[in-house]
Amino acid sequence: MSDAVFNPGEESSRLAALPLSLLNRDALAARVRQSRLTPWLLPCLLLAAWQIGAQTGLISDDILPAPVDVAFSAWRLTLSGALGHNIAISFRRAMSGFAIGGGIAFALGLSNGVSRISERLTDTTLQMVRNIPNLSLIPLVILWFGIEEQAKLFLTAFGVFFPVYINTFHGVRAVDAQLIEMGRSYGMTRWTLFRRVVLPGALPSIFVGIRYALGIMWLTLIVSESIAADAGIGHMAMQAREFMQTDVVVLAILIYAALGKIADSLVRLLERRALAWHPSFGKGRR
Amino acid sequence: MNAINPATHGIGMSVRGLRKRFGALDVLRGIDLDVAAGEFVAIIGRSGCGKSTLLRILAGLDQASEGTLRLGAGDSRARLMFQEPRLLPWAHVIDNVEIGLGADGGKDHVRAVAALRAVGLTDKAKAWPGTLSGGQKQRVALARALVSRPRFLALDEPLGALDALTRIEMQGLLEQVWQEQRFTAVLVTHDVSEALLLADRVVMIESGEVAMDIPISLPRPRRHGSAELGALEDVILDRLLGSAPARSV
Ligand SMILES: Nc1ncnc2c1ncn2[C@@H]1O[C@H](COP(=O)(O)OP(=O)(O)OP(=O)(O)O)[C@@H](O)[C@H]1O
Ligand SMILES: [Mg+2]
Repeated sequence: MSDAVFNPGEESSRLAALPLSLLNRDALAARVRQSRLTPWLLPCLLLAAWQIGAQTGLISDDILPAPVDVAFSAWRLTLSGALGHNIAISFRRAMSGFAIGGGIAFALGLSNGVSRISERLTDTTLQMVRNIPNLSLIPLVILWFGIEEQAKLFLTAFGVFFPVYINTFHGVRAVDAQLIEMGRSYGMTRWTLFRRVVLPGALPSIFVGIRYALGIMWLTLIVSESIAADAGIGHMAMQAREFMQTDVVVLAILIYAALGKIADSLVRLLERRALAWHPSFGKGRR
Repeated sequence: MNAINPATHGIGMSVRGLRKRFGALDVLRGIDLDVAAGEFVAIIGRSGCGKSTLLRILAGLDQASEGTLRLGAGDSRARLMFQEPRLLPWAHVIDNVEIGLGADGGKDHVRAVAALRAVGLTDKAKAWPGTLSGGQKQRVALARALVSRPRFLALDEPLGALDALTRIEMQGLLEQVWQEQRFTAVLVTHDVSEALLLADRVVMIESGEVAMDIPISLPRPRRHGSAELGALEDVILDRLLGSAPARSV
């Protein structure tokens, strides 16, 4: 009788001890899973390793300067105004190239998507030109424009054009024909049909094009600024290379990365707003 | 409440010798059909016999190859309900309903809300269509079709994709709004019992012609599974099935 009472008690205390340690590990795992800081763990470790490596002389200063040195040169260039000036120039170039190339591409994508005549007139030509990599035009563009502003604008606009064009065109074409028929049967005019059915229907695809184009935009700008420019982040990096200022070169790379990230985040934000109805963009999704 | 006179609110129509060809395919080969104002007509027939084609011509979405379609005097705008709800996913439910007011209707929030209330979905006005169930979507489509108070409602298997229970609910709703508003209704359906439950008349299309046209004079509301409906359903199903081997298209 007393045995029978004693045994289960011991059993349950052992059982209680076991889940407790499990619980702790589970709790830790859950914290790692849920914390907002978790994704930043690895970059911080890498940064620390980099700093230690540079300080102990494991990584030579000429190859990779310490993060602190990069931060210091960023500060120095900010004070002198050179950094702000170069960023502003690069940013303006990127945006104007994007606006010109993307704008024309958007208009053409829409008109070719909506009108068969427009498509037959221009699509074949555009598809042929599409096979030219925009960076292969650099020598030609330098011949045409020298290292003037137009050279960078042209290359960026050219690179941005195709992703925007193709995704707009396919977005318009992929709009549900049944919805268009519905709109017609309810007496929508062509303009209303376009505004309320075709354009919103094409929007998810258009955003894909824009985000893809942004990547190309920065890439084109980096290359063209490194080769032929007298200002801008790329120019700053190339000049620093001549004077062996590795810290400035690294800084330029980081700035490109930051600019790219900012632009992408802005578009994501826009996307989430404009596509709030879309099951994959609605609230709660990234 | 002002009572609606069926003879003036619904629109009558008369079809004579209507033919429709798609290339070499003769789909409709001389349809003669009269629909009285405010009548509820169901069209049945085998798949591919041309029911949708006929309905689209009646609703003015397509043109006949031959023959005449005469509509009663006055506003002859038709509204069409499809098997799919066809709601704009990027417009809130209420805005989808407002589309039904048509190009000239503009934005009339009060009427849109009233139409939503009629289908029992007032609380979903600001929801995205993507968050609704199939039956709810079809109810929004019904509200959109009815918000402009059409005199003719064409329905192409609007309940075909719904589960059995939702379907029975929707049939009740359809009958109710029809009795309140007294538009002329032409319903294409695969479901013979649905036709018998709702319609004043059941028209069967076969080989591109009207093969059978029987009035259903049972009192309303009719009950699913009642003996009279069952007997009529047997007769019609026998006719549909019995004619199967004779068909070539
Ligand atoms: N736009 C079109 N072009 C060519 N053929 C068509 C077209 N629309 C319909 N058809 C043909 O006409 C015939 C009748 O089509 P319809 O859609 O009217 O059939 P249905 O009776 O509604 O069939 P279901 O019950 O399956 O919906 C079919 O053989 C179909 O292939
Ligand atoms: Mg059909």
